[in-house]
Amino acid sequence: MEKELRLMKGNEAIAEAAIRAGADGYFGYPITPQSEILEYLMTANPQKTTGMVVLQAESEIAAINMVYGGAACGKKVMTSSSSPGISLKQEGITYIAGAELPCLIVNVVRGGPGLGTIQPAQSDYFQATKGGGHGDYHLIVLAPASVQEMADFVELAFDLAFKYRNPAMILSDGAIGQMMEKVYLKPQKKRSEEILPWATTGKPETRERNIITSLDLDPERQEKFNEKLIAKYHEMEEKEVRYEEFLTDDADYLFIAYGTSSRICQKAIQLARDEGIKVGLLRPITLYPFPKKRIAEMAQKVRGMISVEMSAGQMVEDVMLSVNGKIPVSHYGRMGGMVPTPEEVVENLRSFIKG
Amino acid sequence: MAKIKGAVVIDREKCKGCEVCVVTCPTQTLAMSSEVNAKGYHFSYAAAPETCIGCANCAVVCPDGVITVYKMKVG
Amino acid sequence: MAEFNINEIIKPANLAYKKSRILTDNVMHYCPGCGHSTTHRVLAEVIEEEDLQGRAIGITPVGCSVLMYDYLDIDFQEAAHGRAPALATAVKRLMPDRFVFTYQGDSDLAAIGTAETIHTCNRGENILIIFINNGIYGMTGGQMAPTTLPGMKSSTSPYGRDVAMMGSPMKMADIVAMLPGTCYVTRQSVNTPLGVRKLKRAMKKAVQYQNEMRGTCFIEVVSNCPSGWKMTPVESNKWLEDNMFPYYPLGDIKVPQE
Repeated sequence: MEKELRLMKGNEAIAEAAIRAGADGYFGYPITPQSEILEYLMTANPQKTTGMVVLQAESEIAAINMVYGGAACGKKVMTSSSSPGISLKQEGITYIAGAELPCLIVNVVRGGPGLGTIQPAQSDYFQATKGGGHGDYHLIVLAPASVQEMADFVELAFDLAFKYRNPAMILSDGAIGQMMEKVYLKPQKKRSEEILPWATTGKPETRERNIITSLDLDPERQEKFNEKLIAKYHEMEEKEVRYEEFLTDDADYLFIAYGTSSRICQKAIQLARDEGIKVGLLRPITLYPFPKKRIAEMAQKVRGMISVEMSAGQMVEDVMLSVNGKIPVSHYGRMGGMVPTPEEVVENLRSFIKG
Repeated sequence: MAKIKGAVVIDREKCKGCEVCVVTCPTQTLAMSSEVNAKGYHFSYAAAPETCIGCANCAVVCPDGVITVYKMKVG
Repeated sequence: MAEFNINEIIKPANLAYKKSRILTDNVMHYCPGCGHSTTHRVLAEVIEEEDLQGRAIGITPVGCSVLMYDYLDIDFQEAAHGRAPALATAVKRLMPDRFVFTYQGDSDLAAIGTAETIHTCNRGENILIIFINNGIYGMTGGQMAPTTLPGMKSSTSPYGRDVAMMGSPMKMADIVAMLPGTCYVTRQSVNTPLGVRKLKRAMKKAVQYQNEMRGTCFIEVVSNCPSGWKMTPVESNKWLEDNMFPYYPLGDIKVPQE
């Protein structure tokens, strides 16, 4: 079947892609800069076409707990918010991870900390990849850099979430959420009617009761459970790393950047190469699992790396860990909702090279 | 005239000795034993079994459902 | 007089009462005489008699009843503290033909989860909310609850609840009854056989109203907490009647219009 071409905002593309991916439910709450996701879904009213439930909850906390309830029934459910709202959701997210449930959480990042600003930022990297909530767990984190990827990653996130029975996050930012670009949308997928064996759907005679919980008061059992989770994360690190490279074959220096920063770097690379500086870009697509192996390989070939992020420097720590002291690594970025220009990035690269 | 006679079977090991059945019983059939079960609780038992009328009030109010009640018409 | 032979009476044909098969063999961890145990027993009977085992999904709270899923043989979800109505909302909307209920205590429903309680009732979600009100936080050691009575002592109100400093106890059943989304709001008790039988009838009505998609059913069970109140079970049932019932009167507060 043909894909449909449309001109859409990033946020709207997520909403439309969710309907087409056969999502069973969306539970959300308004917050700038992502309210369009909820608004689009309410207007599209997929309850009438696919039966997808769309509900505006009373808070971000209620929304993530609705996602938990739906996920526990084996349904394809999701929520979206922006930084302060994602902070509210953290307890719910750890419960979802601890109960081994699949779901999608979209974070359209804005400047922080606190109420911050409504302009774009990338300062939720730590929160997304290092936990955010309590306990030993990880989210599968996908970082789109275009409206097309906003759409494509919805189905990918659900697939990965169900494959590993783990929550997945699309870590976007206010710029990609608001920008309008061409997007090819897949045809409508039918919502699944499969009853998953672990889900709470009402206990038939043929099985024991299913209990979805993250509680175990026996420390020996709980440790075994934690080991099971860690084994899952190791498997993800082996099999699910995704990244893209741009002009890295002959590069002397490397930008590491995701999302909006990666697009700025692509222009910065052109400007730098015009001056004779051979710089390339490695764009992580999965922030968890992080492309550590590839970055470690590149550290054998290039003279230095700059992590370009709209934050005080968060992903740079993972770059440093991957490089393990082999070459210099630094960070360039703007904060508080400011977006760096390609010229600024090149200027920083020049200083970095000078030492 | 037909009379109802009842009998209770109390799971002494599961009884927690709350005594609510004893105060609820309308015929003073039940009492707390002086023995304790494996958990250390004094358990309820039918001290005057011939007075039981099988009303099941004890079982209905028992938090742990340790009482099973039987009744039959006699005479 | 005829010889009294108890073995004549104890026969399957003469069975008058036995606990529901929906209750598992696990010994309930609740303190002796606790209203939680009794309420679980009644709920199990209703699930059995209304043939709900194949479509019931319960949402358990954080609190003394956090391990409820070990005691009833149905599918269960463990909710975060206070959030059970949010989980139930999603479950019921995604699977409208299932029988969905939450089971919550004082902190869960009236403190941390107040927003979820109000909004779920306001939206009129077709679920049953069972609220065990014993005026105290049991699991964490007997702290003051939003439902603790004026003057009542607890570990965080050691001199008695001072209404001027801590506010008055909240009458949750009355509050949710004001919301158009609730169809059936009632207060019940389990400290006497009559109370238990009335609770069972109330639960069966809630099952019927959920089948008919009439809105949210809210059953508050005004209960004892022997450990938290530092009394014997029998003493606590007396204290319940003398002090809790006057503040939280039993009976139907709201019933569906016929």
